[in-house]
Amino acid sequence: MRALAWHGRHDVRVDTVDDPEILNPRDAIIKVTSTAICGSDLHLYDGYIPTMQAGDILGHEFMGEVVEIGAKSTLKKGQRVVVPFTISCGSCYHCGKHQYSACDNGLPADNQDIAQELYGQPMSGLFGYSHMTGGYAGGQAEYVRVPFSDVGPIVIPDGVADDKVLFLSDILPTGWMAAENAEIEPGDTVAVWGCGPVGLFAVQSAFLMGAERVIAIDHFPRRLELAKRFGAETINFGETETYEALMQMTGGIGPDAVIDSVGLEAHGFFADNVVDQIKASLMLGTDRPHAIRQAILACRKGGRVSMPGVYGGFVDKFPLGAVMEKGLTLKTGQTHVQHYLPGLLNAIMEDKIDTEFLISHRMALEDAPKGYKMFHDDQDVVTKVVLKPDFAAA
Amino acid sequence: MAETDFQTDDAPLATSKRSGAVDEATNALLEPNGDSLVARAVTINRPVAELYAYWRDFRNLASFMDNVVAVAPIDDRRSHWTVKAPGGRTVEWTAIVTEERENELIAWASEDGADVPNSGRIDFRDAGARGTVVTATVLYDPPGGTIGKLVAKMFQREPAIQARRDLRRFKQLMETGEIATSARTREQFEEEKA
Repeated sequence: MRALAWHGRHDVRVDTVDDPEILNPRDAIIKVTSTAICGSDLHLYDGYIPTMQAGDILGHEFMGEVVEIGAKSTLKKGQRVVVPFTISCGSCYHCGKHQYSACDNGLPADNQDIAQELYGQPMSGLFGYSHMTGGYAGGQAEYVRVPFSDVGPIVIPDGVADDKVLFLSDILPTGWMAAENAEIEPGDTVAVWGCGPVGLFAVQSAFLMGAERVIAIDHFPRRLELAKRFGAETINFGETETYEALMQMTGGIGPDAVIDSVGLEAHGFFADNVVDQIKASLMLGTDRPHAIRQAILACRKGGRVSMPGVYGGFVDKFPLGAVMEKGLTLKTGQTHVQHYLPGLLNAIMEDKIDTEFLISHRMALEDAPKGYKMFHDDQDVVTKVVLKPDFAAA
Repeated sequence: MAETDFQTDDAPLATSKRSGAVDEATNALLEPNGDSLVARAVTINRPVAELYAYWRDFRNLASFMDNVVAVAPIDDRRSHWTVKAPGGRTVEWTAIVTEERENELIAWASEDGADVPNSGRIDFRDAGARGTVVTATVLYDPPGGTIGKLVAKMFQREPAIQARRDLRRFKQLMETGEIATSARTREQFEEEKA
């Protein structure tokens, strides 16, 4: 099959590799019909994520048709499914509590060591995102082996276009969970840092959960325009003092809830030596947390801080004093995708949530390297690239 | 695990910084064999009887213990173990069950002449809604002393790492019915297991 493989910094190629096979009873093989490039794929592209190996197949946002099933899969050949980016078993204690991204069994046993050293306990597996998250081949390919196919993928009704439901795989549930973690009450003002896909879905979700006002913060004009389309007020931090603006816009109170959908800046997701750093107890900062610092300072007293943005290591000068003195609640975590799928599929079908607005480019899987470069070079115009394995190369 | 007069906390012995911890762990075994101590605990979301029964059929152990090539029962209490060692070698021994209490405890010790003298116990404890806590405590003599242990570590067959990974695989098998793999093709899958 053809698949987009990582070969090094700014070097991704579409290679011919062996097709995936059923290896465990609960597996299914999916023939990919649509797959997106995620903002977090750019961290891989930029070479910031350790434990990558040349030839690793990328992609964790994908959907397609079931073409093969293991003995214990509950899927049927021919069904169209969206696959969660988290690989979760559905049978452990955490899955039982719907904390799917905390699954005990999604990572192969040997791959659990790094996360155990770094975080104290291993997390679920992820598709196409380094060997620390399992080393699973990703979805920017013609075919994917999907483990635990009886609990992960959601079946899509006939006649619903791929582009409408593809984002159930990651960014829509991530934006939704971000808003849920903000514990929004009717009448609240919610501020969202970062108008990437997750931020834009958080804006929509916050309004659906009863927020009266949502203030969206970014520096890309086109992304701010998209936020405005959903009723958000906007702050362009390139032109405006964000904290001062938020204070004035909220009458000096501060937003009731703040959402950091920026996360670490591409620079310094954690360095290769982070495990050594733990052992040496140096505790040097590795992530650069501007957005979360600003969000915590702006948040009103007793407010909620939701942090969907990804952090991998340590942060320096984290304003813990402000969290304590103002009595803030901080909620975060990788998305429990499986938990949100049925509800969000309904919301899409009932046109309560718009998804297709996000797609700026559709191209052939063969053109994926070009897609990565465009996305990397111009995040104002390129909001989302969707790759289609059955498109002819441009 | 046995409490002692001079232990001032309730922490497991294998996590102790005190030099006497190995002796205390040794005291908890009928026939101690070995002087390096490894212990790991894992909580498995399955009933204690199911886990005990699977483990007590020693032939099953090779399905989740990566280094174990085979365990062949000789009689109800004795079994012959063939285990991978660094450099493509294997080591062998005969183990005897020294103590067992159904759904609670299996203890063993290697018989004289073992390539790697070892002993240990697997404790099963009902953990209510969370399932069962399985604790493995192993005493062993590393092959070839210090150098053997270094070599073993290089090959990632160091028993502390191995015990942790084996217990994770046991948990995966019991909870999900399979052992997670990120291999894409059967060829990769077989390479991983080799």
